[in-house]
Amino acid sequence: MVLQIGVLALQGDFREHINTLNSFQDVEAREVRTEGDLQGLDGLVIPGGESTAISKLATMFGIDTAIRNSIRAGMPVLGTCAGMIMLADDILDPKSGQTSFGGLDISVRRNAFGRQVDSFECDIQEHGFSSERLHATFIRAPWVEKVGDKVQVLATIPTDSDQKRAVAVQQGNVIATSFHPEISGEMQVHSYFLNVIRQARST
Amino acid sequence: MSAENAKVTGTSRVKRGMAEMLKGGVIMDVVTDTQAKIAEDAGAVAVMALERVPADIRATGGVARMSSPDMIEKIISSVSIPVMAKARIGHFVEAQILQEIGVDYIDESEVLTPADYENHIDKWQFTVPFVCGSTNLGEALRRINEGAAMIRSKGEAGTGDVSNATTHMRKIGAEIRRLVSMRDDELYVAAKELQAPYELVKEIAETGKLPVVLFTAGGIATPADAAMMMQLGADGVFVGSGIFNHAPGQPATDQESAARAKAIVQATTAYSNPAKLAEVSRGLGQAMVGINVSDIPVAHRLAERGW
Repeated sequence: MVLQIGVLALQGDFREHINTLNSFQDVEAREVRTEGDLQGLDGLVIPGGESTAISKLATMFGIDTAIRNSIRAGMPVLGTCAGMIMLADDILDPKSGQTSFGGLDISVRRNAFGRQVDSFECDIQEHGFSSERLHATFIRAPWVEKVGDKVQVLATIPTDSDQKRAVAVQQGNVIATSFHPEISGEMQVHSYFLNVIRQARST
Repeated sequence: MSAENAKVTGTSRVKRGMAEMLKGGVIMDVVTDTQAKIAEDAGAVAVMALERVPADIRATGGVARMSSPDMIEKIISSVSIPVMAKARIGHFVEAQILQEIGVDYIDESEVLTPADYENHIDKWQFTVPFVCGSTNLGEALRRINEGAAMIRSKGEAGTGDVSNATTHMRKIGAEIRRLVSMRDDELYVAAKELQAPYELVKEIAETGKLPVVLFTAGGIATPADAAMMMQLGADGVFVGSGIFNHAPGQPATDQESAARAKAIVQATTAYSNPAKLAEVSRGLGQAMVGINVSDIPVAHRLAERGW
């Protein structure tokens, strides 16, 4: 059974997600820009980009309500970086007019690791995606500051103050990462997401 | 990397990756924090902080330099989107200062008066990523070889005349397609002709695209201009003088600027949808008056700067 996955293509690195998804044999990924594009999808990806721009474009293109409703109805969704911000129920210090789709009972802090000079790569040894080491690329990345009871933390990394911060979370069919698996050839996150979709379809 | 979670900053992946996140977006020139907020509210993916937009630099003349750190910091603190700033070609100390004050991307730009007529900045020495202008593929590859993490076609800044942007986008695209069509043993001469490193030429022949993001700049003034550049293969657009000014020294009202900014943002996303383009092109009032590039003496054309 081929899985139909949509990638929100308003702004950001949506092509990298499509290429990553299409490298799995049983997946057909396509761009989503309008409400009609959501028809027949098994899952949706919210890519990296600028979350303020994606938020405003979603409203301008009139697709925000439809996405919100799909997530509420149980559609599996993966968000990376800006996508994590768009899936958070609560954005700390949001700029005027920035709204999210929601779906994850988390509070997320934008640009939490600093400005672009502080962007970094690192390996994460232990995490919930698989038993293998994960390579993570963080670009002006957010972190998760608070999680609700139903949210599972899939990965954490230490910050400069040596406090651990959540950088990957899951609540039911909704998954989000602070980092960008789509630009580094890192397949584990997408593979995990596809398994969540298969499980959602079989129940 | 031995220790778990050892963080590495300033890698090619995080520099180039940052530009990947700007794709499909509009980067707007702003000279005040009010303009920066208008840009952010309109859905810009980044702002370029500078003291004078290119049209005003052209009108007032004189030496154009890096903007004052005070002015750039004020813009950094007023918005949450990335802030870029320009350094003069070859002026590595202006770049050091810009990195120090925390700009997210440096534009080594021909819009400013060059500081070095032979060498560009050695961009590998910096943690902050650089974008550089190019009029053709060879120039783009020389900049990438020096460490540029993003390329923008030059166009002719401050004119509102899109013709040079078109020429440069078509040229870069055509030269890439030519490399793809070549036999392996012809790529050595191609590298020589392009005055570019063989390794990069070979990589492009194999992948059919630049190894970094390619934006368009220089003369984009309307939603239609932005959409045309996207259809010609740009990953996104820079809009300089076209949003906040009607003509040098003649600012548009905030309301006019906000409407034009928002329209160009929407056109860049819906670039292949003529119905949407028609819709967002309505009710914008007067576009920038501009200058025809052909009326500017060659010596005064900014795109000629860079080597």
